[in-house]
Amino acid sequence: MAAKKSSGSAAVSPSNLDNRDEALAYYRDMLLIRRFEERAGQLYGMGLIAGFCHLYIGQEAVVVGMQAAQKAGDQVITGYRDHGHMLACGMSPREIMAELTGRIGGSSRGKGGSMHMFSKEANFYGGHGIVGAQVALGTGLALANRYRGNEQVSVAYFGDGAANQGQVYESFNMASLWRLPVVYVIENNQYAMGTSVARASAETELFKRGISFEIVGEEVDGMDVIAVRKAAERALEHARSGKGPFLLEMKTYRYRGHSMSDPAKYRPKDEPKQVRDTRDPIEHMRHYGLENGLFTEEDLKTIDRDVKEIVADAADFAQTSPEPDPSELMRHIYVEA
Amino acid sequence: MQAQPNLTNTEPALSIEILMPALSPTMEEGTLAKWLVQVGDTVKAGDVIAEIETDKATMEVETIDEGVVEALLVAAGSQGVKVNTPIARISGDEEAVTPPHAPAPVAAAPAPAAALAPVAASAPVALADPEIPPGTPMVKVTLRDALRDAMAEEMRRDPDVFLMGEEVGQYQGAYKVSRGLLEEFGDRRVIDTPITEHGFAGMGVGAAMAGLKPIVEFMTMNFAMQAIDHIINSAAKVHYMSGGQISAPIVFRGPNGAASRVGAQHSHDYSSWYSNVPGLKVIAPYDAADAKGLLKAAIRDPNPVVFLEHELLYGIEYEVPEGDDWVVPIGKAKVRREGTDLTITAHSRMVGFALQAAEELATLGISAEVIDLRTLRPLDTETIIASVKKTNRLVTAEEGWGPMGVGAEVIACVIDGAFDWLDAPPMRVHQKDTPLPYAANLEKLSLPNAADIVAAARAVTNR
Repeated sequence: MAAKKSSGSAAVSPSNLDNRDEALAYYRDMLLIRRFEERAGQLYGMGLIAGFCHLYIGQEAVVVGMQAAQKAGDQVITGYRDHGHMLACGMSPREIMAELTGRIGGSSRGKGGSMHMFSKEANFYGGHGIVGAQVALGTGLALANRYRGNEQVSVAYFGDGAANQGQVYESFNMASLWRLPVVYVIENNQYAMGTSVARASAETELFKRGISFEIVGEEVDGMDVIAVRKAAERALEHARSGKGPFLLEMKTYRYRGHSMSDPAKYRPKDEPKQVRDTRDPIEHMRHYGLENGLFTEEDLKTIDRDVKEIVADAADFAQTSPEPDPSELMRHIYVEA
Repeated sequence: MQAQPNLTNTEPALSIEILMPALSPTMEEGTLAKWLVQVGDTVKAGDVIAEIETDKATMEVETIDEGVVEALLVAAGSQGVKVNTPIARISGDEEAVTPPHAPAPVAAAPAPAAALAPVAASAPVALADPEIPPGTPMVKVTLRDALRDAMAEEMRRDPDVFLMGEEVGQYQGAYKVSRGLLEEFGDRRVIDTPITEHGFAGMGVGAAMAGLKPIVEFMTMNFAMQAIDHIINSAAKVHYMSGGQISAPIVFRGPNGAASRVGAQHSHDYSSWYSNVPGLKVIAPYDAADAKGLLKAAIRDPNPVVFLEHELLYGIEYEVPEGDDWVVPIGKAKVRREGTDLTITAHSRMVGFALQAAEELATLGISAEVIDLRTLRPLDTETIIASVKKTNRLVTAEEGWGPMGVGAEVIACVIDGAFDWLDAPPMRVHQKDTPLPYAANLEKLSLPNAADIVAAARAVTNR
């Protein structure tokens, strides 16, 4: 049992990444999420996306760094701020955007919406609308891995708000008791809707939340994709080797409101700008790569253009894919024998 | 912070129009409160360019592209600016311009707000209320504020009443129902909780067992499923289990049922679930006067009360009796429209559809009596049976699923009490038997509406 605080990005990132392809992939994957989410926000404003829509802007390094360390077959599950996770898992921007617009081309055939998307192919188990539910479900995915005796690890993401739900701790206990292969990733973006961590949590260092369950915890700079990937490697190796669950607390930040209809008046007005100016994960990667000669401005321009095209294509698809046929209404209520 | 300007390509391709954004599932228009940029300013992605006010909040509009502001098309202070109206134009540089995309076919992209516009907004049905003494001064209040007023008045009246829930204090309520309460009553009596529904619902019941009168707000009743064990096993049963020694005078309240395309896990109607449980009282009001009067009665009631609100009614204004002594008795239905050919029962938002249907039926020469159940447990069987004995026909309407539902219970009561008076088999109108889909067209197909009630009424009257 241990809980430790990592020393932050400065100590882990320099000179530890010298692979050009890897650096470009991180930059591209984070930029794709950023641009995708910006476009989703725009389509929401136009009335093409409805209901609740929670954007991932600012938190991109977390899923991109985690995914980079995972092995094929590892499962991912999260809450309702899920667009970034799906893109990182390799789901197509088209099927995600079309689900957001409620069209037949969406990953749930238009029937799930922003908060409820899944992909068996990508081992993405949702997309859950009830705060904390994915923690028990994700622990169940790990139980299945143990039951089958395979080598897979389940990665269960949840927020600082969900970290106060009771079922999280019931899950922690069983996961540790049975040494289940699960990595819990707390995406601490500092606000559970409008409530700051300090106003909701007696112990604000959330990586310590596993201590009494003998779960190893570690705090990570969630704005630094390389730091995330390194921590993810340790956590996944721990879980995969049969030592039981591992808890990562990603210190991150969401630039936008909790959902599209949240004016975010509960935090200092200049706080998002300050984070964006000083800790932005994409800018961080960009500077790091340029300074270390991993890539050039020209490389990035190509990526910027490609990403823009992919997102524009997804948005087109999401607007031209037809609405589901009325017969879809009564399909998929039960598995048909 | 998250409002998005909408960009559309105009000719020549480099000018970008910024459109009035929709900032919530139900927003149709807003006030452009303030411009934060001027013509000639250079803006880049993420810059806040304007502030917009809706009935719930002030929001900032961010640009996502870069360029120079060419024109501000809507003056600061303009009210009622419709969503998707161009509000500004910026000249984008080549790198910044959004690639052209095919506009959505009109038929394929209906404005979701319009598709689900609260019925009462367009068709207010003013009826004399037999319970309100003639001459009572009335004020126009939104249902949202009527609920707030009810809580504030009861909190002033009784120091044991307090409010607890997620975002009820500093945030002023996720749906702004508790606006102003923290300022008036302080954080001893308006308590922000962490996201821990099971925990704070149980604490609420504990405090009630100790004699306090908590109001526990669930951000939506969907989240009360995390807490339902305490609502039923602790609150509903404690009086019985203790042989009458201990009671739980508590109100569990929050929005229930479908909102606007929020999907399967945020759209569940729990009317029949709670109404199944002895020990609970269950209220589901339609208009602001009932919401206020019944919430005050619920807070005063010595039993646990589940109070089901409807998000799509929060913003609608209704006439409410002035003053702080308007209390509506629990367990009394209300005849909202008198008729002779059939009885339609409904509760919550479905009452609006039932009234709309009754209007339409009248044009077909069918006279429908509309009963607003208001309280689901105890159900006012007397009013229902008296009505059916008069009309001899029955249609029930509810937003939730049919099987084992409210309509099934109403029909069972009528079979018990007025079987010999029935001239036709009663019919139920309810949501289709599926989790609520997200897609606009499927959601519409799934949810019951006025046309469904008209069709059922024509079937039972054979006309």
